[in-house]
Amino acid sequence: MRSGSRRLPDRIARWGFLVPALGYLLLFFGYPIARNIAMSFQRYTATTFYTGAAPFAGLRNYADIVSSDQFPKLLLTTALFTAGSLAGQFVLGLALALFFHRRFPLGGVLRSLLLLPWLLPLVASGTTWRWMLDTDTGVVNRALRDLHLVSTGVPWLTGTSQALVSVILVNVWVGIPFNATILYGGLQDIPAHLYEAARLDGAGRLASFRHITWPLLRPVTGVVLVLGVVYTAKVLDIILVVTGGGPADATQTLATRSYELSFQQFEFGRGAALGNILVLLSLAFALVHLRANRRALNA
Amino acid sequence: MKRAPARGWPSTLAGIVLLALMLFPVYWMVNASLQPAGNVLRAGWFPVHPDLSGYATALRDQGRGLVTSLVVALGSTVLSLALAAPAAHALAHFRLRGGTFVLFGVLVTQAVPGIVVANALYGAYDDLGLLNSYTGLILADSTAGVPFAILVLHAFMRAVPREIIEAARVDGAGRLRVFRSVVLPLSTNALITAGVFTFLFAWSDFLFALTLNTTDTVRPVTLGIYQYLGAHTNRWNAVMATAVLACVPAAVLLVLAQRRIAAGITSGAVR
Repeated sequence: MRSGSRRLPDRIARWGFLVPALGYLLLFFGYPIARNIAMSFQRYTATTFYTGAAPFAGLRNYADIVSSDQFPKLLLTTALFTAGSLAGQFVLGLALALFFHRRFPLGGVLRSLLLLPWLLPLVASGTTWRWMLDTDTGVVNRALRDLHLVSTGVPWLTGTSQALVSVILVNVWVGIPFNATILYGGLQDIPAHLYEAARLDGAGRLASFRHITWPLLRPVTGVVLVLGVVYTAKVLDIILVVTGGGPADATQTLATRSYELSFQQFEFGRGAALGNILVLLSLAFALVHLRANRRALNA
Repeated sequence: MKRAPARGWPSTLAGIVLLALMLFPVYWMVNASLQPAGNVLRAGWFPVHPDLSGYATALRDQGRGLVTSLVVALGSTVLSLALAAPAAHALAHFRLRGGTFVLFGVLVTQAVPGIVVANALYGAYDDLGLLNSYTGLILADSTAGVPFAILVLHAFMRAVPREIIEAARVDGAGRLRVFRSVVLPLSTNALITAGVFTFLFAWSDFLFALTLNTTDTVRPVTLGIYQYLGAHTNRWNAVMATAVLACVPAAVLLVLAQRRIAAGITSGAVR
Protein backbone atom coordinates (compact mmCIF):
# COMPACT_ATOMS: atom_id res chain seq x y z
CA MET A 1 0.00 0.00 0.00
CA ARG A 2 2.71 2.41 1.00
CA SER A 3 4.93 1.48 -1.92
CA GLY A 4 1.93 1.82 -4.23
CA SER A 5 1.22 5.36 -3.10
CA ARG A 6 4.90 6.25 -3.46
CA ARG A 7 5.10 4.83 -6.93
CA LEU A 8 2.07 6.53 -8.42
CA PRO A 9 3.32 10.16 -8.13
CA ASP A 10 6.65 9.02 -9.45
CA ARG A 11 5.01 7.44 -12.46
CA ILE A 12 3.20 10.71 -13.08
CA ALA A 13 6.47 12.61 -12.71
CA ARG A 14 8.21 10.35 -15.21
CA TRP A 15 5.44 10.72 -17.79
CA GLY A 16 5.47 14.44 -17.09
CA PHE A 17 8.72 14.66 -19.03
CA LEU A 18 7.16 13.07 -22.07
CA VAL A 19 3.67 14.57 -22.06
CA PRO A 20 4.46 18.04 -23.52
CA ALA A 21 6.23 16.57 -26.56
CA LEU A 22 3.57 13.90 -26.90
CA GLY A 23 0.86 16.53 -26.79
CA TYR A 24 2.63 18.54 -29.48
CA LEU A 25 3.04 15.50 -31.72
CA LEU A 26 -0.61 14.58 -31.31
CA LEU A 27 -1.75 18.13 -32.11
CA PHE A 28 0.56 18.68 -35.08
CA PHE A 29 0.73 15.20 -36.58
CA GLY A 30 -2.09 13.14 -35.10
CA TYR A 31 -4.75 15.80 -35.51
CA PRO A 32 -3.76 16.85 -39.06
CA ILE A 33 -3.76 13.25 -40.21
CA ALA A 34 -7.18 12.60 -38.65
CA ARG A 35 -8.59 15.85 -40.00
CA ASN A 36 -7.12 15.18 -43.42
CA ILE A 37 -8.82 11.81 -43.51
CA ALA A 38 -12.11 13.40 -42.48
CA MET A 39 -11.74 16.21 -45.05
CA SER A 40 -11.03 13.74 -47.81
CA PHE A 41 -14.58 12.38 -47.36
CA GLN A 42 -16.16 15.83 -47.43
CA ARG A 43 -16.92 18.46 -50.01
CA TYR A 44 -14.57 20.87 -48.33
CA THR A 45 -14.12 23.93 -50.54
CA ALA A 46 -13.64 27.69 -50.28
CA THR A 47 -17.32 28.14 -49.38
CA THR A 48 -16.80 25.91 -46.34
CA PHE A 49 -14.78 28.72 -44.77
CA TYR A 50 -17.76 31.08 -45.03
CA THR A 51 -20.71 28.80 -44.44
CA GLY A 52 -19.00 26.19 -42.30
CA ALA A 53 -20.78 23.52 -44.31
CA ALA A 54 -18.74 20.58 -45.54
CA PRO A 55 -21.23 17.97 -46.67
CA PHE A 56 -20.25 14.32 -46.54
CA ALA A 57 -19.17 13.21 -49.97
CA GLY A 58 -18.29 9.58 -49.42
CA LEU A 59 -15.59 8.40 -51.76
CA ARG A 60 -16.30 11.00 -54.42
CA ASN A 61 -13.05 12.93 -53.88
CA TYR A 62 -11.02 9.77 -54.27
CA ALA A 63 -13.09 8.63 -57.24
CA ASP A 64 -12.64 11.99 -58.97
CA ILE A 65 -8.90 11.90 -58.49
CA VAL A 66 -8.30 8.30 -59.43
CA SER A 67 -10.55 8.42 -62.49
CA SER A 68 -9.11 11.69 -63.84
CA ASP A 69 -6.97 11.47 -66.96
CA GLN A 70 -4.23 13.23 -65.07
CA PHE A 71 -3.84 10.64 -62.32
CA PRO A 72 -1.75 7.98 -64.13
CA LYS A 73 0.60 10.70 -65.33
CA LEU A 74 0.81 12.12 -61.82
CA LEU A 75 1.79 8.72 -60.47
CA LEU A 76 4.32 8.20 -63.22
CA THR A 77 5.92 11.62 -62.71
CA THR A 78 6.12 11.06 -58.96
CA ALA A 79 7.68 7.64 -59.50
CA LEU A 80 10.17 8.92 -62.07
CA PHE A 81 11.07 11.91 -59.93
CA THR A 82 11.61 9.72 -56.87
CA ALA A 83 13.48 6.93 -58.64
CA GLY A 84 15.62 9.30 -60.70
CA SER A 85 16.52 11.48 -57.74
CA LEU A 86 17.30 8.49 -55.58
CA ALA A 87 19.46 6.75 -58.15
CA GLY A 88 21.50 9.89 -58.80
CA GLN A 89 21.88 10.85 -55.14
CA PHE A 90 22.82 7.35 -54.11
CA VAL A 91 25.37 6.61 -56.82
CA LEU A 92 27.09 9.98 -56.59
CA GLY A 93 26.80 10.03 -52.78
CA LEU A 94 28.40 6.60 -52.55
CA ALA A 95 31.17 7.62 -54.95
CA LEU A 96 31.94 10.66 -52.82
CA ALA A 97 31.75 8.65 -49.60
CA LEU A 98 34.26 6.14 -51.01
CA PHE A 99 36.50 8.95 -52.18
CA PHE A 100 36.55 10.67 -48.79
CA HIS A 101 36.87 7.38 -46.94
CA ARG A 102 40.55 7.30 -47.92
CA ARG A 103 42.52 9.64 -45.75
CA PHE A 104 44.27 12.59 -47.33
CA PRO A 105 45.25 16.08 -46.21
CA LEU A 106 42.27 18.42 -45.68
CA GLY A 107 39.86 15.56 -46.37
CA GLY A 108 37.78 16.32 -43.28
CA VAL A 109 37.37 20.00 -44.09
CA LEU A 110 36.45 19.34 -47.72
CA ARG A 111 33.96 16.70 -46.62
CA SER A 112 32.13 19.06 -44.30
CA LEU A 113 32.04 21.88 -46.85
CA LEU A 114 30.35 19.41 -49.15
CA LEU A 115 27.33 19.55 -46.86
CA LEU A 116 26.53 23.10 -47.87
CA PRO A 117 24.04 22.33 -50.68
CA TRP A 118 21.95 20.27 -48.27
CA LEU A 119 21.82 23.01 -45.64
CA LEU A 120 20.84 25.93 -47.86
CA PRO A 121 17.19 26.95 -48.02
CA LEU A 122 15.68 25.09 -50.96
CA VAL A 123 14.06 28.28 -52.19
CA ALA A 124 17.46 29.96 -52.45
CA SER A 125 19.19 27.11 -54.27
CA GLY A 126 16.11 26.42 -56.39
CA THR A 127 16.07 30.05 -57.50
CA THR A 128 19.74 29.83 -58.44
CA TRP A 129 19.21 26.69 -60.47
CA ARG A 130 16.21 28.19 -62.17
CA TRP A 131 18.37 30.99 -63.43
CA MET A 132 21.30 28.69 -64.26
CA LEU A 133 19.00 26.53 -66.38
CA ASP A 134 17.42 29.41 -68.28
CA THR A 135 17.38 28.63 -71.99
CA ASP A 136 18.87 31.89 -73.27
CA THR A 137 20.81 33.39 -70.40
CA GLY A 138 21.56 30.37 -68.22
CA VAL A 139 25.12 29.37 -67.51
CA VAL A 140 24.45 25.68 -68.23
CA ASN A 141 23.51 26.32 -71.84
CA ARG A 142 26.30 28.81 -72.20
CA ALA A 143 28.86 26.24 -71.04
CA LEU A 144 27.38 23.61 -73.36
CA ARG A 145 27.56 26.04 -76.28
CA ASP A 146 31.12 27.06 -75.47
CA LEU A 147 32.11 23.40 -75.44
CA HIS A 148 30.30 22.95 -78.77
CA LEU A 149 28.11 20.22 -77.31
CA VAL A 150 24.91 21.90 -78.46
CA SER A 151 24.25 24.50 -81.12
CA THR A 152 20.91 25.79 -79.88
CA GLY A 153 19.87 26.27 -76.26
CA VAL A 154 18.36 23.28 -74.50
CA PRO A 155 14.93 24.26 -73.09
CA TRP A 156 15.75 22.87 -69.62
CA LEU A 157 12.73 24.36 -67.90
CA THR A 158 10.34 24.98 -70.76
CA GLY A 159 10.58 21.70 -72.67
CA THR A 160 8.02 19.14 -71.52
CA SER A 161 10.50 16.30 -71.55
CA GLN A 162 13.50 18.28 -70.27
CA ALA A 163 11.77 19.88 -67.29
CA LEU A 164 11.44 16.64 -65.34
CA VAL A 165 15.10 15.87 -65.94
CA SER A 166 15.95 19.34 -64.65
CA VAL A 167 14.06 19.06 -61.38
CA ILE A 168 15.57 15.61 -60.85
CA LEU A 169 19.01 17.10 -61.47
CA VAL A 170 18.43 19.84 -58.91
CA ASN A 171 17.08 17.37 -56.37
CA VAL A 172 20.06 15.08 -56.91
CA TRP A 173 22.36 18.01 -56.22
CA VAL A 174 20.51 18.80 -53.00
CA GLY A 175 20.50 15.17 -51.83
CA ILE A 176 24.10 14.12 -52.56
CA PRO A 177 25.53 15.48 -49.26
CA PHE A 178 22.93 13.65 -47.17
CA ASN A 179 23.60 10.35 -48.92
CA ALA A 180 27.35 10.83 -48.85
CA THR A 181 27.37 11.62 -45.12
CA ILE A 182 25.31 8.61 -44.06
CA LEU A 183 27.18 6.24 -46.37
CA TYR A 184 30.49 7.65 -45.16
CA GLY A 185 29.38 6.89 -41.59
CA GLY A 186 28.58 3.34 -42.70
CA LEU A 187 31.98 2.95 -44.34
CA GLN A 188 33.71 4.11 -41.15
CA ASP A 189 32.01 1.28 -39.23
CA ILE A 190 33.51 -1.43 -41.43
CA PRO A 191 36.53 -2.85 -39.57
CA ALA A 192 39.77 -1.93 -41.34
CA HIS A 193 41.34 -5.34 -40.66
CA LEU A 194 38.91 -6.93 -43.12
CA TYR A 195 40.42 -4.89 -45.91
CA GLU A 196 43.93 -5.74 -44.76
CA ALA A 197 43.09 -9.44 -44.74
CA ALA A 198 41.60 -9.16 -48.22
CA ARG A 199 44.71 -7.39 -49.44
CA LEU A 200 46.91 -10.09 -48.02
CA ASP A 201 44.77 -12.61 -49.89
CA GLY A 202 45.53 -10.70 -53.05
CA ALA A 203 42.10 -9.13 -53.53
CA GLY A 204 42.06 -6.01 -55.66
CA ARG A 205 40.06 -2.87 -54.96
CA LEU A 206 37.08 -4.01 -56.99
CA ALA A 207 37.01 -7.41 -55.30
CA SER A 208 37.16 -5.95 -51.80
CA PHE A 209 34.37 -3.54 -52.68
CA ARG A 210 32.21 -6.38 -53.94
CA HIS A 211 32.89 -8.82 -51.12
CA ILE A 212 33.44 -6.54 -48.12
CA THR A 213 32.15 -3.00 -48.60
CA TRP A 214 28.90 -3.69 -50.40
CA PRO A 215 27.62 -6.55 -48.19
CA LEU A 216 28.60 -4.83 -44.93
CA LEU A 217 27.12 -1.54 -46.07
CA ARG A 218 23.77 -3.15 -46.78
CA PRO A 219 21.92 -2.13 -43.61
CA VAL A 220 22.97 1.50 -44.14
CA THR A 221 22.08 1.32 -47.82
CA GLY A 222 18.61 0.12 -46.83
CA VAL A 223 18.11 3.03 -44.47
CA VAL A 224 19.33 5.56 -47.03
CA LEU A 225 16.99 4.23 -49.70
CA VAL A 226 13.90 4.04 -47.48
CA LEU A 227 14.48 7.52 -46.12
CA GLY A 228 15.24 8.69 -49.65
CA VAL A 229 11.91 7.48 -51.01
CA VAL A 230 9.96 8.86 -48.07
CA TYR A 231 11.68 12.25 -48.23
CA THR A 232 11.71 12.55 -52.02
CA ALA A 233 8.11 11.58 -52.64
CA LYS A 234 6.97 14.54 -50.55
CA VAL A 235 9.31 17.14 -52.10
CA LEU A 236 7.44 20.29 -52.96
CA ASP A 237 9.67 23.36 -52.58
CA ILE A 238 12.12 22.48 -55.33
CA ILE A 239 9.47 21.77 -57.93
CA LEU A 240 7.40 24.82 -57.04
CA VAL A 241 10.41 27.11 -57.28
CA VAL A 242 12.18 25.61 -60.29
CA THR A 243 9.28 24.81 -62.63
CA GLY A 244 6.07 25.47 -60.69
CA GLY A 245 4.84 22.05 -61.81
CA GLY A 246 4.94 23.07 -65.47
CA PRO A 247 5.31 23.21 -68.36
CA ALA A 248 1.91 21.67 -69.10
CA ASP A 249 2.03 19.73 -65.80
CA ALA A 250 5.19 17.94 -66.91
CA THR A 251 6.68 18.17 -63.40
CA GLN A 252 3.45 17.87 -61.43
CA THR A 253 3.76 15.25 -58.67
CA LEU A 254 1.28 14.00 -56.08
CA ALA A 255 2.64 16.55 -53.59
CA THR A 256 2.56 19.59 -55.87
CA ARG A 257 -0.87 18.67 -57.21
CA SER A 258 -2.17 18.31 -53.66
CA TYR A 259 -0.87 21.80 -52.93
CA GLU A 260 -2.44 23.15 -56.08
CA LEU A 261 -5.83 21.59 -55.35
CA SER A 262 -5.97 22.89 -51.79
CA PHE A 263 -4.27 26.24 -51.92
CA GLN A 264 -4.87 27.45 -55.46
CA GLN A 265 -8.21 25.90 -56.35
CA PHE A 266 -9.39 25.77 -52.71
CA GLU A 267 -10.58 22.20 -53.19
CA PHE A 268 -9.40 21.19 -49.74
CA GLY A 269 -11.32 17.92 -49.77
CA ARG A 270 -9.66 16.69 -52.94
CA GLY A 271 -6.29 18.06 -51.89
CA ALA A 272 -6.62 16.08 -48.67
CA ALA A 273 -7.55 12.92 -50.57
CA LEU A 274 -4.51 13.24 -52.81
CA GLY A 275 -2.28 13.92 -49.79
CA ASN A 276 -3.60 10.75 -48.16
CA ILE A 277 -2.83 8.72 -51.28
CA LEU A 278 0.72 10.05 -51.11
CA VAL A 279 1.09 9.09 -47.43
CA LEU A 280 -0.31 5.62 -48.08
CA LEU A 281 2.03 5.00 -51.00
CA SER A 282 5.16 6.09 -49.17
CA LEU A 283 4.25 4.19 -45.98
CA ALA A 284 3.48 1.09 -48.03
CA PHE A 285 6.84 1.34 -49.71
CA ALA A 286 8.66 1.80 -46.40
CA LEU A 287 6.91 -1.20 -44.84
CA VAL A 288 7.47 -3.51 -47.80
CA HIS A 289 11.08 -2.51 -47.97
CA LEU A 290 11.74 -2.85 -44.24
CA ARG A 291 10.14 -6.26 -44.26
CA ALA A 292 12.15 -7.42 -47.27
CA ASN A 293 15.27 -6.09 -45.64
CA ARG A 294 14.59 -7.90 -42.39
CA ARG A 295 14.00 -11.13 -44.25
CA ALA A 296 17.25 -10.70 -46.16
CA LEU A 297 19.14 -10.04 -42.94
CA ASN A 298 17.61 -13.04 -41.16
CA ALA A 299 18.28 -15.40 -44.03
CA MET B 1 53.95 -1.96 -45.94
CA LYS B 2 50.95 -3.47 -44.18
CA ARG B 3 49.22 -0.16 -43.60
CA ALA B 4 47.01 1.29 -46.29
CA PRO B 5 49.11 3.95 -47.98
CA ALA B 6 47.87 7.34 -46.84
CA ARG B 7 46.84 9.25 -49.94
CA GLY B 8 48.66 12.47 -50.46
CA TRP B 9 48.08 15.84 -51.99
CA PRO B 10 46.89 14.54 -55.41
CA SER B 11 43.78 13.30 -53.61
CA THR B 12 43.40 16.67 -51.96
CA LEU B 13 43.55 18.30 -55.36
CA ALA B 14 40.91 15.91 -56.71
CA GLY B 15 38.81 16.64 -53.63
CA ILE B 16 39.04 20.38 -54.26
CA VAL B 17 37.94 19.89 -57.87
CA LEU B 18 34.96 17.77 -56.76
CA LEU B 19 34.02 20.34 -54.15
CA ALA B 20 34.29 23.15 -56.68
CA LEU B 21 31.93 21.29 -59.01
CA MET B 22 29.43 20.65 -56.22
CA LEU B 23 29.57 24.21 -54.93
CA PHE B 24 29.49 25.87 -58.35
CA PRO B 25 25.80 26.84 -58.01
CA VAL B 26 26.62 28.55 -54.72
CA TYR B 27 29.42 30.48 -56.41
CA TRP B 28 27.10 31.34 -59.25
CA MET B 29 24.49 32.66 -56.83
CA VAL B 30 27.08 34.99 -55.28
CA ASN B 31 28.40 35.99 -58.70
CA ALA B 32 24.89 36.82 -59.93
CA SER B 33 24.12 38.86 -56.83
CA LEU B 34 27.06 41.15 -57.64
CA GLN B 35 25.90 42.05 -61.15
CA PRO B 36 24.27 45.37 -61.99
CA ALA B 37 20.48 45.45 -62.27
CA GLY B 38 19.00 44.64 -65.65
CA ASN B 39 16.26 42.80 -67.42
CA VAL B 40 18.51 40.13 -68.79
CA LEU B 41 21.26 38.97 -66.55
CA ARG B 42 24.31 38.02 -68.55
CA ALA B 43 26.86 37.52 -65.85
CA GLY B 44 30.49 37.05 -66.76
CA TRP B 45 32.37 34.15 -65.22
CA PHE B 46 33.78 36.47 -62.57
CA PRO B 47 32.26 39.55 -60.96
CA VAL B 48 34.97 41.84 -62.32
CA HIS B 49 33.10 45.01 -61.39
CA PRO B 50 31.10 43.97 -58.33
CA ASP B 51 27.93 46.01 -58.01
CA LEU B 52 26.28 46.07 -54.60
CA SER B 53 23.02 47.61 -55.76
CA GLY B 54 21.38 44.18 -55.70
CA TYR B 55 22.09 43.98 -51.98
CA ALA B 56 20.77 47.48 -51.41
CA THR B 57 17.49 46.56 -53.10
CA ALA B 58 17.38 43.21 -51.30
CA LEU B 59 17.88 44.73 -47.88
CA ARG B 60 15.31 47.43 -48.55
CA ASP B 61 12.67 44.98 -49.80
CA GLN B 62 13.49 41.89 -47.76
CA GLY B 63 15.21 43.21 -44.65
CA ARG B 64 12.04 42.73 -42.65
CA GLY B 65 11.70 39.22 -44.03
CA LEU B 66 15.16 38.36 -42.75
CA VAL B 67 14.19 39.55 -39.27
CA THR B 68 10.94 37.60 -39.46
CA SER B 69 12.84 34.47 -40.45
CA LEU B 70 15.23 34.96 -37.57
CA VAL B 71 12.43 35.36 -35.02
CA VAL B 72 10.56 32.34 -36.34
CA ALA B 73 13.68 30.16 -36.52
CA LEU B 74 14.83 31.08 -33.01
CA GLY B 75 11.32 30.57 -31.66
CA SER B 76 11.10 27.17 -33.28
CA THR B 77 14.54 26.18 -31.94
CA VAL B 78 13.61 27.09 -28.37
CA LEU B 79 10.25 25.36 -28.60
CA SER B 80 11.68 22.22 -30.22
CA LEU B 81 14.46 21.83 -27.67
CA ALA B 82 12.16 22.59 -24.74
CA LEU B 83 9.77 19.86 -25.85
CA ALA B 84 12.33 17.36 -27.11
CA ALA B 85 14.96 17.39 -24.35
CA PRO B 86 12.72 16.21 -21.49
CA ALA B 87 11.01 13.73 -23.81
CA ALA B 88 14.33 12.28 -24.99
CA HIS B 89 15.47 12.01 -21.36
CA ALA B 90 12.29 10.15 -20.43
CA LEU B 91 12.58 7.80 -23.41
CA ALA B 92 16.26 7.12 -22.80
CA HIS B 93 16.34 6.72 -19.03
CA PHE B 94 12.93 5.84 -17.63
CA ARG B 95 11.62 2.40 -18.30
CA LEU B 96 8.31 3.66 -19.59
CA ARG B 97 5.70 1.25 -20.78
CA GLY B 98 4.95 2.23 -24.36
CA GLY B 99 8.22 4.09 -24.76
CA THR B 100 9.22 2.06 -27.82
CA PHE B 101 5.84 2.73 -29.33
CA VAL B 102 6.28 6.48 -28.83
CA LEU B 103 9.70 6.32 -30.47
CA PHE B 104 8.24 4.42 -33.40
CA GLY B 105 5.57 7.09 -33.69
CA VAL B 106 8.24 9.79 -33.79
CA LEU B 107 9.93 7.93 -36.65
CA VAL B 108 6.67 7.62 -38.56
CA THR B 109 6.11 11.39 -38.40
CA GLN B 110 9.10 11.73 -40.72
CA ALA B 111 7.04 10.17 -43.47
CA VAL B 112 4.17 12.65 -43.15
CA PRO B 113 4.35 15.18 -45.99
CA GLY B 114 4.27 18.82 -44.96
CA ILE B 115 1.44 19.45 -47.40
CA VAL B 116 -0.81 17.05 -45.47
CA VAL B 117 -0.10 18.92 -42.23
CA ALA B 118 -0.56 22.29 -43.93
CA ASN B 119 -3.81 21.22 -45.52
CA ALA B 120 -5.36 20.39 -42.17
CA LEU B 121 -3.73 23.21 -40.21
CA TYR B 122 -5.06 25.87 -42.58
CA GLY B 123 -8.64 25.22 -41.52
CA ALA B 124 -7.76 24.87 -37.84
CA TYR B 125 -5.62 28.03 -37.89
CA ASP B 126 -8.43 29.90 -39.61
CA ASP B 127 -10.77 28.97 -36.75
CA LEU B 128 -8.21 29.81 -34.06
CA GLY B 129 -7.00 33.06 -35.63
CA LEU B 130 -3.47 31.67 -36.00
CA LEU B 131 -3.08 32.44 -39.71
CA ASN B 132 -0.58 35.25 -40.31
CA SER B 133 0.85 34.96 -36.82
CA TYR B 134 4.32 34.30 -35.47
CA THR B 135 2.92 31.76 -32.99
CA GLY B 136 1.21 29.83 -35.73
CA LEU B 137 4.25 29.71 -37.98
CA ILE B 138 6.63 28.79 -35.14
CA LEU B 139 4.34 25.96 -34.06
CA ALA B 140 3.98 24.66 -37.63
CA ASP B 141 7.69 24.96 -38.46
CA SER B 142 8.53 22.92 -35.38
CA THR B 143 6.94 19.86 -37.01
CA ALA B 144 10.36 19.37 -38.58
CA GLY B 145 12.37 20.24 -35.47
CA VAL B 146 10.59 18.40 -32.66
CA PRO B 147 10.77 14.82 -34.04
CA PHE B 148 14.31 15.34 -35.29
CA ALA B 149 15.48 16.75 -31.95
CA ILE B 150 13.86 13.86 -30.07
CA LEU B 151 15.68 11.34 -32.29
CA VAL B 152 19.08 13.04 -32.04
CA LEU B 153 18.86 13.70 -28.29
CA HIS B 154 17.52 10.23 -27.56
CA ALA B 155 20.33 8.59 -29.51
CA PHE B 156 22.83 10.64 -27.51
CA MET B 157 21.24 10.38 -24.07
CA ARG B 158 20.99 6.62 -24.33
CA ALA B 159 24.77 6.64 -24.11
CA VAL B 160 24.73 8.53 -20.78
CA PRO B 161 25.38 5.82 -18.18
CA ARG B 162 22.33 5.05 -16.09
CA GLU B 163 24.59 4.78 -13.00
CA ILE B 164 25.29 8.50 -13.05
CA ILE B 165 21.58 9.24 -12.96
CA GLU B 166 20.88 6.63 -10.31
CA ALA B 167 23.74 7.94 -8.17
CA ALA B 168 22.25 11.41 -8.26
CA ARG B 169 18.85 9.97 -7.38
CA VAL B 170 20.33 8.12 -4.39
CA ASP B 171 21.87 11.40 -3.24
CA GLY B 172 18.34 12.70 -2.98
CA ALA B 173 18.02 14.74 -6.17
CA GLY B 174 14.50 14.92 -7.59
CA ARG B 175 13.76 13.97 -11.18
CA LEU B 176 13.71 17.59 -12.32
CA ARG B 177 16.98 18.29 -10.56
CA VAL B 178 18.65 15.27 -12.15
CA PHE B 179 17.45 16.37 -15.56
CA ARG B 180 18.61 19.96 -15.10
CA SER B 181 21.91 19.44 -13.31
CA VAL B 182 23.08 16.08 -14.63
CA VAL B 183 21.50 15.11 -17.94
CA LEU B 184 21.34 18.50 -19.65
CA PRO B 185 24.95 19.54 -18.94
CA LEU B 186 26.16 16.16 -20.19
CA SER B 187 24.14 16.58 -23.39
CA THR B 188 25.45 19.99 -24.46
CA ASN B 189 26.91 18.66 -27.70
CA ALA B 190 23.73 16.90 -28.71
CA LEU B 191 21.68 19.96 -27.77
CA ILE B 192 23.83 22.12 -30.02
CA THR B 193 23.51 19.62 -32.88
CA ALA B 194 19.75 19.41 -32.51
CA GLY B 195 19.53 23.19 -32.11
CA VAL B 196 21.51 23.90 -35.27
CA PHE B 197 19.25 21.62 -37.29
CA THR B 198 15.96 22.84 -35.89
CA PHE B 199 17.09 26.40 -36.54
CA LEU B 200 17.96 25.61 -40.16
CA PHE B 201 14.76 23.63 -40.72
CA ALA B 202 12.64 26.56 -39.59
CA TRP B 203 14.82 29.13 -41.35
CA SER B 204 14.49 27.21 -44.63
CA ASP B 205 10.78 26.56 -44.29
CA PHE B 206 8.83 27.55 -47.34
CA LEU B 207 5.74 25.38 -47.37
CA PHE B 208 4.18 26.59 -44.12
CA ALA B 209 5.12 30.19 -44.85
CA LEU B 210 3.39 29.83 -48.21
CA THR B 211 0.25 28.11 -46.99
CA LEU B 212 -0.38 29.56 -43.54
CA ASN B 213 0.06 33.21 -44.52
CA THR B 214 -2.56 35.10 -46.46
CA THR B 215 -1.11 38.58 -45.91
CA ASP B 216 2.39 40.02 -45.68
CA THR B 217 2.31 40.47 -41.90
CA VAL B 218 4.54 37.49 -41.22
CA ARG B 219 6.59 36.94 -44.34
CA PRO B 220 9.86 35.04 -43.93
CA VAL B 221 12.63 35.64 -46.42
CA THR B 222 12.02 32.33 -48.23
CA LEU B 223 8.52 33.47 -49.13
CA GLY B 224 9.98 36.85 -50.07
CA ILE B 225 12.29 35.22 -52.63
CA TYR B 226 9.41 33.22 -54.08
CA GLN B 227 7.25 36.30 -54.48
CA TYR B 228 10.20 38.18 -55.96
CA LEU B 229 10.43 35.47 -58.59
CA GLY B 230 6.87 36.12 -59.61
CA ALA B 231 6.99 39.90 -59.60
CA HIS B 232 10.50 41.20 -60.12
CA THR B 233 12.19 38.92 -62.59
CA ASN B 234 13.67 42.02 -64.17
CA ARG B 235 15.88 42.50 -61.11
CA TRP B 236 17.70 39.23 -60.92
CA ASN B 237 20.59 40.74 -58.99
CA ALA B 238 18.25 41.64 -56.12
CA VAL B 239 16.64 38.20 -56.20
CA MET B 240 20.02 36.54 -56.05
CA ALA B 241 21.27 38.92 -53.36
CA THR B 242 18.28 37.95 -51.23
CA ALA B 243 19.07 34.29 -51.87
CA VAL B 244 22.66 34.86 -50.75
CA LEU B 245 21.49 36.60 -47.58
CA ALA B 246 19.09 33.72 -46.91
CA CYS B 247 22.03 31.31 -47.20
CA VAL B 248 24.26 33.14 -44.71
CA PRO B 249 23.02 31.36 -41.54
CA ALA B 250 23.55 27.94 -43.09
CA ALA B 251 27.07 28.82 -44.21
CA VAL B 252 27.99 30.34 -40.82
CA LEU B 253 26.60 27.40 -38.86
CA LEU B 254 28.37 24.94 -41.14
CA VAL B 255 31.72 26.61 -40.52
CA LEU B 256 31.14 26.86 -36.77
CA ALA B 257 29.67 23.44 -36.20
CA GLN B 258 30.82 21.24 -39.08
CA ARG B 259 31.50 18.12 -37.03
CA ARG B 260 28.21 18.34 -35.16
CA ILE B 261 26.26 18.74 -38.38
CA ALA B 262 27.72 15.57 -39.88
CA ALA B 263 27.08 13.77 -36.59
CA GLY B 264 23.52 15.07 -36.54
CA ILE B 265 22.69 13.76 -40.00
CA THR B 266 24.01 10.34 -39.10
CA SER B 267 22.40 10.02 -35.67
CA GLY B 268 19.09 11.41 -36.88
CA ALA B 269 18.88 8.90 -39.70
CA VAL B 270 20.66 5.77 -38.56
CA ARG B 271 20.07 5.07 -34.96
